[in-house]
Amino acid sequence: MLFSGLSEKLQETFRKLRGKGKLSEKDVDSALREVRLALLEADVNYKVVKNFTASLKERSLGAEVLKSLTPGQQVVKIVHEELVKLMGESQSKISSVDNPPRIVMMVGLQGSGKTTTAAKLAVLLKKNGHRPLLAAGDIYRPAAIKQLEILGSEAEVPVFSIGKEDPVKIAALALKEAGKEGNDYVIFDTAGRLHIDEELMDELGKLKKETNPLEILLVVDAMTGQDAVNVAQSFHERLGLTGVILTKLDGDTRGGAALSVRAVTNCPIKFIGTGEKFNAFEPFYPDRMASRILGMGDVLTLIEKAQTVVDEKKRQDLEKKLRSQTLTLEDFLEQLQQVKKMGPLEDLLGMIPGLNKVGNQFKNLSLDDKQFLQTEAIIKSMTRDERLRPEIINSSRRRRISLGSGTSVQDVNRLLKQFEQMKKILKQINAMDKGKLKNRGMFPF
Amino acid sequence: MLEKFKKGLSKTRDVFKNQFDILFGGSEIDDLFFDELEEILVSADVGMETTTKIIQSLDKRLQAKKIRERAAAREVLKELMVELLEKDQKTSLAAAQTPPTVFLILGVNGVGKTTAIAKMAYRFSQEGKKVLLAAGDTFRAAAIDQLEEWSGSVGAGVIKHHEGGDPSAVIFDAVNAAVARGVDILICDTAGRLHTKANLLEEIKKISRVIQKSLGTEPHETLLVLDATTGQNGISQAKLFQEVVPISGLILTKLDGTARGGIVLAIKDITGIPLKLIGVGEKKEDIQIFDAREFVEALLA
Ligand SMILES: Nc1nc2c(ncn2[C@@H]2O[C@H](COP(=O)(O)OP(=O)(O)OP(=O)(O)O)[C@@H](O)[C@H]2O)c(=O)[nH]1
Ligand SMILES: [Mg+2]
Repeated sequence: MLFSGLSEKLQETFRKLRGKGKLSEKDVDSALREVRLALLEADVNYKVVKNFTASLKERSLGAEVLKSLTPGQQVVKIVHEELVKLMGESQSKISSVDNPPRIVMMVGLQGSGKTTTAAKLAVLLKKNGHRPLLAAGDIYRPAAIKQLEILGSEAEVPVFSIGKEDPVKIAALALKEAGKEGNDYVIFDTAGRLHIDEELMDELGKLKKETNPLEILLVVDAMTGQDAVNVAQSFHERLGLTGVILTKLDGDTRGGAALSVRAVTNCPIKFIGTGEKFNAFEPFYPDRMASRILGMGDVLTLIEKAQTVVDEKKRQDLEKKLRSQTLTLEDFLEQLQQVKKMGPLEDLLGMIPGLNKVGNQFKNLSLDDKQFLQTEAIIKSMTRDERLRPEIINSSRRRRISLGSGTSVQDVNRLLKQFEQMKKILKQINAMDKGKLKNRGMFPF
Repeated sequence: MLEKFKKGLSKTRDVFKNQFDILFGGSEIDDLFFDELEEILVSADVGMETTTKIIQSLDKRLQAKKIRERAAAREVLKELMVELLEKDQKTSLAAAQTPPTVFLILGVNGVGKTTAIAKMAYRFSQEGKKVLLAAGDTFRAAAIDQLEEWSGSVGAGVIKHHEGGDPSAVIFDAVNAAVARGVDILICDTAGRLHTKANLLEEIKKISRVIQKSLGTEPHETLLVLDATTGQNGISQAKLFQEVVPISGLILTKLDGTARGGIVLAIKDITGIPLKLIGVGEKKEDIQIFDAREFVEALLA
């Protein structure tokens, strides 16, 4: 259920469409019905979906598609492209300050993650050589000020707080303090509020008027449903947002709110939050988000690649081994050879619905071409026994292997470590997706 | 009670009202009617799966009853939604034969657990009960302070350790303190956690085991707090938490916004977990016992 939806259904639809030659209106309609369902399941707003599928239909019925040899695939390609387009360019930065200090205001509903995000942003700015000051403007929620103070001290970013005073006053004093201390950005945490709370929305309006913020960032919980449009619209109309930050994307939400918010505000989504730690803060990539919302990863590319590259029987064997965790270096080599033809491992994982999040963990495992050759050489210099049971590779064997492959012992060590790490991750995947993947039948290693 | 509840839901209702007035104001029941109904339900986060089910059974009933006008369909729809929400349901909260009654509160980050606990505590202490809170969120910065600040204004005691401490140790102490002090109700706060994080879910199991051991019985209610703005991910939250510990009910918060919390229909439909309490604001009195009829009536009024 979790990540089903479009991936499977569209594969089903492809199958029906494949080999039928050209795309009829009925075909487009049936594919778009699935797309619609997937988007709704992903919490994209109903009206946004409606407009989107209407424009898709127009485009899909164009000659471009009709001329195509594999029309079903093209529909999905179009869906993805349009979704990426809708999502906008990646603009993962905070505007630069000409006349410091300037305020970056964090706004949003209760519980959306403003305070944590404020701290993450401060850490990021600091890392980029800036001197941020955090300012505690949530005067309503019990212990909110204390929370920011603690986060600030953990992040080693100064925090300005004067208790439960008028937020406009807090902001003004924070700016003054920043001027004195040479801080360029003042990240101003505000209390969570409902977009229909006149009084509290006024408070933000006043803050804006009095402090002329550089940025006003709406913090949105990625698990938000249909209401995201109302929230984003209200905040935007009232304040003129400069950007959006999506939080809690480390869960399994498909995050359709991203599309809704983007559609109604036209503001760039600047960053995404992917965890409770300060560094769980990433740039926003429209294409990844599009894939995630579709719940399919780039299934189409995956299908194409996997089918041309991976021999089905081998794939099944490998999957069995992965499941039983008896993966050997021999499999690893074989897999590397296949992956080499298919592109980086992390990209591949990103294409598998449900495994996108695990894909990140493979980042430091991915290899460039040179490393590929090296890895291949190392494994080829091992005896079969060693490949099957890497635990027997002691230091003298390591030396021999490194000599044989023209690499250093460190290279051999690194590979063995990577292999271990990969096994660990696979174990995690297995634990995590126990059962969930069973019927997916798509494990393209 | 009805008044206050309706007030809490008034904004929800206003949005719905217009749409429903238009929907049921029309004349005949046709395909368009069902399309419109679908839009309304999906827009309320009911989700396609449950929406489709509701529409199908509505259609069936309307045919069986030979109802053709939209106005008459309203009652049938209401009935149907109430039935779904009430199915096999005990709305009221469980109470221990011999005190203390123990409630364990769970949920993803920021949904309103701590606030809901404060509100519950206030409600119970207003009823003359002796309430104790357990500061089981030892993870989030200032979470303990937050609960402590609340406890003062709602008339409940707090058992706390320190930030970074072991949550199950806090809970253990709290259960023992509750027994020793003759407390009526113990409500245990926990750190917000995503339902996809295996290690954090393990922690819940441990907490639940600790309660079981020190109390000699399961928590009387294990309540999952859900934010009314939550979309379809709510289903996953309910399912995955349910896999960890049996969830006895939901608390739906933030119904004072424009989100309509239709996800609870989907959750009830798919997992059977009933809604028990609703949060309608940030003040200590802003909590209500969920009543399916009132809920649906307020929605369709
Ligand atoms: N408008 C409104 N806000 C609410 C309601 N319930 C809680 N909140 C607000 O939501 C925010 C988060 O509430 P908390 O109680 O701290 O949520 P939590 O689940 O304990 O959060 P963590 O412990 O950080 O996971 C606070 O600003 C609350 O005031 C409600 O019913 N309506
Ligand atoms: Mg809390």
